[in-house]
Amino acid sequence: MAIQAIALLVNTGTFMGNRTPLYDTHVRLGAKIVDFGGWDMPLHYGSQIEEHHKVRQDAGMFDVSHMVVSDLKGPRAREFLKILLANNVDKLKTKGRALYSCMLNSKGGVIDDLIVYYLDDSWFRIVSNAATRDKDLAWIGAAAKEFEVVVTERPELAMIAVQGPNAKEKTYAALGENLRETAGALKPFHSVTIGELMIATTGYTGEDGFEIILPAKAATFTWQMLLDAGVAPCGLGARDTLRLEAGMNLYGSDMDETTTPLESGLAWTVALEPAERNFMGREVLDKQLAAGVPRQLVGLVLEGKGVLRNHQKVLCGAASEGEITSGSFSPTLNQAVALARVPSAVKIGDRLTVDLRGKPAAVRVVKYPFVRNGKSCLS
Amino acid sequence: MSNIPSDLKYTKSHEWVKSNSDGTVTVGITDHAQGLMGDMVYVDLPQSGVAVTAGKECGVVESVKAASDIYSPVSGEVIESNAALADAPESVNKDCYGAGWMFRIKPSSPADLGALLDAKAYAELVASESH
Repeated sequence: MAIQAIALLVNTGTFMGNRTPLYDTHVRLGAKIVDFGGWDMPLHYGSQIEEHHKVRQDAGMFDVSHMVVSDLKGPRAREFLKILLANNVDKLKTKGRALYSCMLNSKGGVIDDLIVYYLDDSWFRIVSNAATRDKDLAWIGAAAKEFEVVVTERPELAMIAVQGPNAKEKTYAALGENLRETAGALKPFHSVTIGELMIATTGYTGEDGFEIILPAKAATFTWQMLLDAGVAPCGLGARDTLRLEAGMNLYGSDMDETTTPLESGLAWTVALEPAERNFMGREVLDKQLAAGVPRQLVGLVLEGKGVLRNHQKVLCGAASEGEITSGSFSPTLNQAVALARVPSAVKIGDRLTVDLRGKPAAVRVVKYPFVRNGKSCLS
Repeated sequence: MSNIPSDLKYTKSHEWVKSNSDGTVTVGITDHAQGLMGDMVYVDLPQSGVAVTAGKECGVVESVKAASDIYSPVSGEVIESNAALADAPESVNKDCYGAGWMFRIKPSSPADLGALLDAKAYAELVASESH
């Protein structure tokens, strides 16, 4: 094996980053710990693929306490978010509702993607990425002043995602049957808040389940209760293959400040109506739409053996090329899949060539998601 | 801690080598290497009849997270490769010194074997790379 590859993989020997309240629990469960955006996080607890299948077929849980929870409070919080976010928080009409959105810079580039929850008329909650924490908080804080919105980060809160077809039932078994009454009837992208406990029907796997925000001091106990109820601990490795199969973007890979949401498969998250809502970055998006969006995000399926990887070149004919933004092996489909940014002329069903470690390999352009609720979406 | 059987020889690039009574050698990747790579999903091995050179790449293993070349520990001719790994690459994770073996070589130069690491030297290499 290549020594360089080994050296690259041994990146954790002496590293010590931020740790979630569940760090010791992960170590006790035999997790392989890696650095993720400055955090010591579990990559897997033995087998990433087995954890992936657990989530698709039963129930798994992820410690996502590294993610940033921020509360935005003030009577003008909604007005502020209508400017801050590319999606429109006016879609949030009932308390507890959640919305996925990009936060754009003045050039239309994506600063981060996030979920915003409407908790009360003067209280919204944002859950955003750990690796972008500093720039996100600086950006939100600076913009919030004009609206007299107070932004408070909530590092004393932990977050556990329980996902899979049996996730909800096992959560009731673990945390109490009364949860069935409060959270059982929630439709997707809703939440209920009970004191410092928030249960949301959001996720990053394409399966049913909950994301639970709770006080850090209750995290270890809650994790153990879920474990005892038969929920499998899953690491960030499985989280990545699950979200890729589900066709969900990863910030920093599929989009960043150099790409607009329109070029990143996220046009559905940009609310262009009403036309007078002048959110940050809008001007650039309007221009891009008028001129024609030059690039798009598509799904690729590798026809032969091998694994598609990030940054591999996609040859699209006539001297144009694209690039894989997220490539991996799909455990559910048992073949390699990828998201790739390619010229807009590329069509679903096209057959293209990827440079696979120096060898040309045939890929098929497909609609994604690749997998939803445990089933292949490929025709 | 990774498993390093004392009766095998090793390369700095994390292959193990077993000398067979018929003069051939069997090659695979070590427990340390499979642990770092994580779940294997694809193994591309040299076919029988192929000439391989000590220290040169002759195959590829891909896990969910990374791809890595396999280097031939010795020069010679490949006389058999483990076809079962095509459908069961996870054998490399579950039993890297047994069912996860990769290929067998008829060495052309016995001196190549003398250049390999013994278990103690390999254990020291692993320890030094882990810090």
